[in-house]
Amino acid sequence: MARVLAVAEARGGALRGVSREVVTAARTLASELGGGVDALVLGPPGIAEAAGELAGHGADRIFVGESDAYGAYAPDAELRAAADLQGREGYDAVVLAASAQGKDLAPRLAVRLGRPLATDVTAIEVQNGHVVVVRPEYAGKALARLRFTAAPAVLSIRPNVFLPEERPGAGAVETLAVDPEPVRARVQPVEGGERGALDVAEATIVVSGGRGMGGPENWHLLEELGDALGDGVALGASRAVVDAGWRPHEEQVGQTGKVVTPDLYFAIGISGAIQHLAGMRTAKVIVAVNKDPEAPIFDVADFGIVGDLFEVLPRLTEEIRKVREG
Amino acid sequence: MRSIVCIKRVPDTETRVRIAADGVSLDPSGVKYVLNPYDEIALEEAIRLKEEAGEGSVTALCLGPKEAAEQLRTALAMGADDAVLLAGEPSHDGLVTAKALAAEIEGREFDLLLFGKQAVDDDNMQVPAMVAELLDLPCATVVVGLEVSGRHVTARREVEGGHETVEFDLPGVVAAQKGLNEPRYPSLKGIMSAKRKPLEEKEAAAVESSLELVSLSEPPAPEAGEIVGEGADAVPELVRKLREEAKVL
Ligand SMILES: Cc1cc2nc3c(=O)[nH]c(=O)nc-3n(C[C@H](O)[C@H](O)[C@H](O)COP(=O)(O)OP(=O)(O)OC[C@H]3O[C@@H](n4cnc5c(N)ncnc54)[C@H](O)[C@@H]3O)c2cc1C
Ligand SMILES: Nc1ncnc2c1ncn2[C@@H]1O[C@H](COP(=O)(O)O)[C@@H](O)[C@H]1O
Repeated sequence: MARVLAVAEARGGALRGVSREVVTAARTLASELGGGVDALVLGPPGIAEAAGELAGHGADRIFVGESDAYGAYAPDAELRAAADLQGREGYDAVVLAASAQGKDLAPRLAVRLGRPLATDVTAIEVQNGHVVVVRPEYAGKALARLRFTAAPAVLSIRPNVFLPEERPGAGAVETLAVDPEPVRARVQPVEGGERGALDVAEATIVVSGGRGMGGPENWHLLEELGDALGDGVALGASRAVVDAGWRPHEEQVGQTGKVVTPDLYFAIGISGAIQHLAGMRTAKVIVAVNKDPEAPIFDVADFGIVGDLFEVLPRLTEEIRKVREG
Repeated sequence: MRSIVCIKRVPDTETRVRIAADGVSLDPSGVKYVLNPYDEIALEEAIRLKEEAGEGSVTALCLGPKEAAEQLRTALAMGADDAVLLAGEPSHDGLVTAKALAAEIEGREFDLLLFGKQAVDDDNMQVPAMVAELLDLPCATVVVGLEVSGRHVTARREVEGGHETVEFDLPGVVAAQKGLNEPRYPSLKGIMSAKRKPLEEKEAAAVESSLELVSLSEPPAPEAGEIVGEGADAVPELVRKLREEAKVL
């Protein structure tokens, strides 16, 4: 029977949200191949309990490696664990997240397995038994369709595309003996960015500001809108804003920044240059506020308001607070 | 410090992407090719490390068509000492490129192998870590800070919501992200001396692929949006639409 391996991620004792998407994508692929899903996660002691949650998204077996050494990303151990499992179980496909960890790990794993890799995949299907994927290239200006002609297919999925589904699997947790040593590179635990753990690439709502914001002293307007919107919100920025030193580079959205696919994207005082669009045009719903009715951002926005953001923003925050509270 | 920097010839990011009649390649007419922007950062880092150490070498290596000699000359003008062109067409399959590069790098002496974090044409983000694994070397990707002290490397890499530090001993691999440095522009003197620096050309190793490019297509054009209204008075209607039509609030 065909089987798919989902490589999940943990950070600081908790499962990372994107792991649910990885298992969901693996489950969808496994169903088409006519088989089941195993998940793999390394983490610090106690991670086995957290990993049990993956059963709810379709994992039949959950292999867990626990060690104090896995409080941080452990590339060498991850590689050993995944390659050993592949050798033992003979998966037809291995799915990772196109996250910081997955992008680092997947190419190495592909080499270990002697197979090519498709990164940042946005669609998966099976044709005549072969895995076929779609991925954006040229900063989203083209879509490539790629067919794996040999198994296992190794792929990483773009965050926020394969939304987590509830699909109960057996979810038997099995402990895996994974040796933390030897290591070729030692990784220290993540030090937080400005606004805690949520990254603009993984938020479900992104509130981005551009040069129209006038200066960093006005960012509280975006923060207040973010707070009104509730959980899962991250702030983003255009390159003009980052280059001016108003906001850190981590927040830059676009071709030379991050690619985001949130459910809701606010472009406030952003003109919508092609390089900015490259980072956010696949957001599910785009809202633009700009005083220039000709701004190109309105060509991709689902909903736009033409006006002065200093008038629109406080009102928007207030109205959103109202509907959310009541 | 002896560094090898892998560079790629890519279409300028301003290029309008048009798919060629074969359905699997870019229509090359009107396309301006440049040195991949992240590879400029990798080159800059290699040149600085050599300058700081006061000794060493920087070799630029590219797998690409003969025209890629132009990008290698740019690398030489920036400050690389010599360049190698592996003549061949870059593949969509990063493993093919990585194997050909690794075959050339194997047997060369070096301390650090540098890459850009990503080629802005295929956006693969695979080649650096693949080459590292093929050569059994430690590796740090998406690097925004690099410190080399003796044989010890401390790299700061960008991750979701923060940074993490990767430490290893040379030889090793680093893939550069924006923010690591500001690449220099080639000086006139650099451009002149680049003409006399060695640029070796050879065939890229032939590698089989098991990843087939079925098609390239243009993404569906975004549907023209709706202007809900003007000014703050349009806000209640916007919020209603977000709630009732888009169902995102
Ligand atoms: C190689 C390359 C890579 C790049 N990568 C990126 C990238 O990753 N991300 C990115 O964002 N850009 C990128 N750029 C830059 C991009 O081309 C634009 O310059 C940038 O996105 C512009 O930022 P902006 O929209 O904030 O500023 P502007 O273009 O100056 O737009 C400001 C907007 O604010 C509006 N405005 C002003 N005041 C108000 C007000 N009071 N109320 C409402 N609206 C107002 C204006 O009408 C205008 O539309 C890149 C460029 C190059 C060449
Ligand atoms: N054909 C190539 N020749 C030389 N270096 C390459 C080539 N393709 C990719 N690279 C290197 O690998 C990095 C990442 O490329 P990619 O994995 O294709 O996104 C680039 O920034 C280059 O440093």
